[in-house]
Amino acid sequence: MATTATVHAHAAPQGFIRKYIFSLDHKIIGLQYYFLALVAVFVGMFLSLLMRIHLIWPTAVLPLVGEIKPETYLSLLTMHGTIMVFFVLTTAPQSGFGNYFLPIQIGAPDMAFPVLNMLSFWTTFLAFVAMIAAFFVSGGAPLHGWTGYAPLSALPSAGPGEQLGADLWVISIAIFCVASLMGALNFITTLLDLRAKGMTLFRLPLTCWAWFVTAILALLAFGVLLSAGILLLLDRNLGTSFYVPLVVVNGTVMGHKGGSPLLWQHLFWFFGHPEVYIAILPGMGVASQVLSTFARKPIFGYKAMVYAIMAIGLLGFTVWGHHMFMSGMSPYSAFAFSIMTMAIGVPSAIKTFNWLGTLHKARIRFHSPMLFAIGFVSLFVSGGLSGPFLAQPVLDIPLHDTYFVVGHFHLIMGVAAIFGIFAATYYWFPKMFGRMMNESLGRIHFWVTLVGTYAIFMPMHYLGMAGHPRRYSQLTELAYLHDLIPVQQFMTYAAFITIGFQFVFVFNLFWSMFKGPKASDNPWEATTLEWTTATPPPHDNFGGHTPVVNHGPYEYSVPGAPRDYVMQTDPVTATAH
Amino acid sequence: MSEADLTMGTHVPGALEQSPFAIPSKKLVMWLFIASDAITFAALLFAYGFLRNATPDWPRPFNFSPSIINVMLMTFVLISSSLTMLIGVRMAQAGNKSGAFRWIFITAAAGILFALLHLREWLGLIAEGVRLFQNPWGAGTFGAAFFSITGLHLTHVVGGVVAMVVVGLRYRRGRYNADDIEILGLYWHFVDMVWMFVVPLVYLLNVKQ
Repeated sequence: MATTATVHAHAAPQGFIRKYIFSLDHKIIGLQYYFLALVAVFVGMFLSLLMRIHLIWPTAVLPLVGEIKPETYLSLLTMHGTIMVFFVLTTAPQSGFGNYFLPIQIGAPDMAFPVLNMLSFWTTFLAFVAMIAAFFVSGGAPLHGWTGYAPLSALPSAGPGEQLGADLWVISIAIFCVASLMGALNFITTLLDLRAKGMTLFRLPLTCWAWFVTAILALLAFGVLLSAGILLLLDRNLGTSFYVPLVVVNGTVMGHKGGSPLLWQHLFWFFGHPEVYIAILPGMGVASQVLSTFARKPIFGYKAMVYAIMAIGLLGFTVWGHHMFMSGMSPYSAFAFSIMTMAIGVPSAIKTFNWLGTLHKARIRFHSPMLFAIGFVSLFVSGGLSGPFLAQPVLDIPLHDTYFVVGHFHLIMGVAAIFGIFAATYYWFPKMFGRMMNESLGRIHFWVTLVGTYAIFMPMHYLGMAGHPRRYSQLTELAYLHDLIPVQQFMTYAAFITIGFQFVFVFNLFWSMFKGPKASDNPWEATTLEWTTATPPPHDNFGGHTPVVNHGPYEYSVPGAPRDYVMQTDPVTATAH
Repeated sequence: MSEADLTMGTHVPGALEQSPFAIPSKKLVMWLFIASDAITFAALLFAYGFLRNATPDWPRPFNFSPSIINVMLMTFVLISSSLTMLIGVRMAQAGNKSGAFRWIFITAAAGILFALLHLREWLGLIAEGVRLFQNPWGAGTFGAAFFSITGLHLTHVVGGVVAMVVVGLRYRRGRYNADDIEILGLYWHFVDMVWMFVVPLVYLLNVKQ
């Protein structure tokens, strides 16, 4: 088991501030990220609910926001997208769970650079404050969508939210880039340098592989967004014209000349497409971990899974143009981007088939984490199937500005990643808080959320094929959309129910934190290192020792072994082969 | 805050799996930072190239004298400072503390000289009428691209000088060791290398014909 070699780590902090606020402990920092994302996801969800209400009751006067004007609708849309992508999908699965469990799963006492780790959380927090502040300044939140397309985003006179609100938006994104870069440096170094004896690269749990590749993507993508954001700030405030050609706004000729809106699209999507994988890869890692644990089988094709993660990460940098088929790009470029995009389908399919192979003929234990992991696979397939449609320029051009795209990316990037977060929460909650979550509430939460998300996002594909444009705030005035209003109503009702049941999850989370039954050290009979240590883990994770690893991460149902699982730290003699 | 708070990189030998790169964590993290910073510069240079290609009346204002002579002088100063940094790192590795400290400060002085030459050039261009949004010769985006690329590089030079003073002083007091000097050197050579891309792309492509 563990060796007697003591680990040279920082001492456990005393006092509330050093322990819970400016903590250097990766576990506390992971929880800080997690709860930041939890606050952010409720803000983002509330904004989406306001949009759904407005779509079917356009004249309704709503609490907090009053009457929703078209520009208010665009603000809601912008902030919903930005908060969800940056402060939920990037923050919770990678920075939250990655921070908490990457060091433990590799047998390290902490991240490689604890102070840098603390700094990256607090800069993320600062970015979140700046983002939320955009709601409250004069003019309100920006209108330019989470993609911030110029020239709309570059001209303060382009709309009410494009004044101080848009400046805060750009500043927040730039700060977030810096925070993500610091986090990425820490993750990569930690994984490479702090693995316990015997934890070779091909004994890493797939979660660690996913966090590692995600960190590399973040390292190489966020710098581009940082540059793009700085140039956008210069355009907005110092009169440069990187993104703005000669334009006329409301009859006034703007002072800009010679810039290119397409330049912003290139820079943004060179970041933006890897960002999609930054959001989804950690979920893939969690799904692999959970499926293997609860199927009581080794993950099917471990090395294929690792190479597929790498292939997805690599190809992710070559496909940004598929977001720009509408921009009038050369058909030859579009063809190249289209081919590369469909190539990503190959490693994605490898992963999907390996998940199904893991489930094949397994005696599955249907606990809540497993339900959400299976839900993840389901949503990933459903959302993924519309990908090859959109990868075709000829199909993308009519579908791009419709609800078809909204349905596609919400299923595959939004809700699938959220299901990954849910699976991770139910799976690791006992380790993080020392208590079990309520299983019945977990199942209710799962079934309503699964059916609910399909009810919200599947009809969007039909709306899109019927030509329903996205980003429009008024549907009732367009005659050709009249027949589609009942579909919109159905989606709004589904959203009400689904969002309502998320409070079941929050109740379960906080109630179980204090009242749930005590968890043992290894309640799921899992194999990876976090289940070898105490629950919750001590300050240095392994109580002064560094574990020694003798086994791969997913040795379940090993023939001849005394139990149906072999933990990574078990002695070598535990297996017959 | 003690050294152990800053990095978890030192452990009992044998308790950990070998890092695939066999270098200390701090040095690895500097290499990773250089990778991400290179991407940040690459994005700016891409933006410049994108605009330059799309603009028919792109100005080519630089005369051999004084602009290119000045740039050659700056380049000479910066490349020489990489050499002095190298000498400093060698001395630190050989345990010659005062020698290493002296060469680091010579490097910092070269960095300051580079920044002053650069500022003199900036002020000259501003006096000629170059602004972020206009200039006397052609497309207004020239000034924006020129000042943002060279400005980001200059920020890196100034940051490097500050780092040399801080790390140098701490090294003399014994808080940092030869490895830290080497890591500082990596950063400085990177700043030097970025300049090797800036000179041909921003200056030599825009020489008056």
